[in-house]
Amino acid sequence: MTPNPYLFIVIFAGVALAFPLLPLGLAWLWRRFFQPPKPGVGKNAIYECGVESIGEAQIQFRSQYYLYAIIFLIFDVEAIFLVPFAVAFTSLPVGAFIAILVFLLLLIEGLIWAWGKGCLNWAK
Amino acid sequence: MSEGIDEGLRRELQRQGVWVTSMQELYNWGRKNSIWPLQFGLACCAIEMIATAASRYDIARFGGEIFRPSPRQADLMIVAGTVTKKMAPQIVRLYNQMPDPKYVISMGACAISGGPFKQGYNVLKGIDRYIPVDVYIPGCPPRPEALLHAFMELQRKIDSQKLSGADKAEFLKPEQPSEFPVPAFGEHDLQPPANPDVYHPPKLERV
Repeated sequence: MTPNPYLFIVIFAGVALAFPLLPLGLAWLWRRFFQPPKPGVGKNAIYECGVESIGEAQIQFRSQYYLYAIIFLIFDVEAIFLVPFAVAFTSLPVGAFIAILVFLLLLIEGLIWAWGKGCLNWAK
Repeated sequence: MSEGIDEGLRRELQRQGVWVTSMQELYNWGRKNSIWPLQFGLACCAIEMIATAASRYDIARFGGEIFRPSPRQADLMIVAGTVTKKMAPQIVRLYNQMPDPKYVISMGACAISGGPFKQGYNVLKGIDRYIPVDVYIPGCPPRPEALLHAFMELQRKIDSQKLSGADKAEFLKPEQPSEFPVPAFGEHDLQPPANPDVYHPPKLERV
């Protein structure tokens, strides 16, 4: 009789659960019977490379950064495409050349659009 | 080594393929072979520490290659280099944030006593003024072999720590503090200049 094929998934899930829980349980038992807990203000403080943390960790980021990041990403990817294009430039057929020009044109169009929208002006 | 069992009987059993151990021995064996140091360098000694971690000296042979970038996961702090007074509070804070059991190796002349900068106005004259140190390594800077030697000494110390009884390890005693006061920047010096609970300078006696 062949076992149910899903049985292995159940075994796998059981092992996956036991693997982290067993050491955690052992650590808990260890703390319970041997190691006295020693929490403290400094010990539980936020870790900032030893420097005392100033202010809250949850702060609001300016959404302005997001547009810059998107535009940067687009031109970063463009540069990656342009390198193989430049390497294979002399042996490219006309069709491929026109295709990459269209690609460039689309990106330039996007830049002009972003420019026209005022995304490149740093809003205070 | 282990209490409660005769050493001769233990050897005899071992010869027959039966390994007898104690909780304490097993625990210490695991601890001493997986000491995770804090990734923390201060000056030129840190270069020697890096060399010790790299392939030629290879601290991985002793189970200490996992340099942790966070004190929460570290067992050992290697104070590698000159401790300036500006840096001392940060070191004490990092030490405080390490979980017990924790150990400190004071690496090099500067970390021990201020070394060649002892007369300087801005150098702490030994990190043992604020935190307890387990192993001192002299040298300026110490060779990687010296750091390995210190590491082995620390392993020996861990191996000899007891889990129970009156002379059990310090970190198992509830009254033993896990944190030490962080010094503050004073007008001329750190305040306090040393922690009297930790710092016991050698007494010089003229005879």
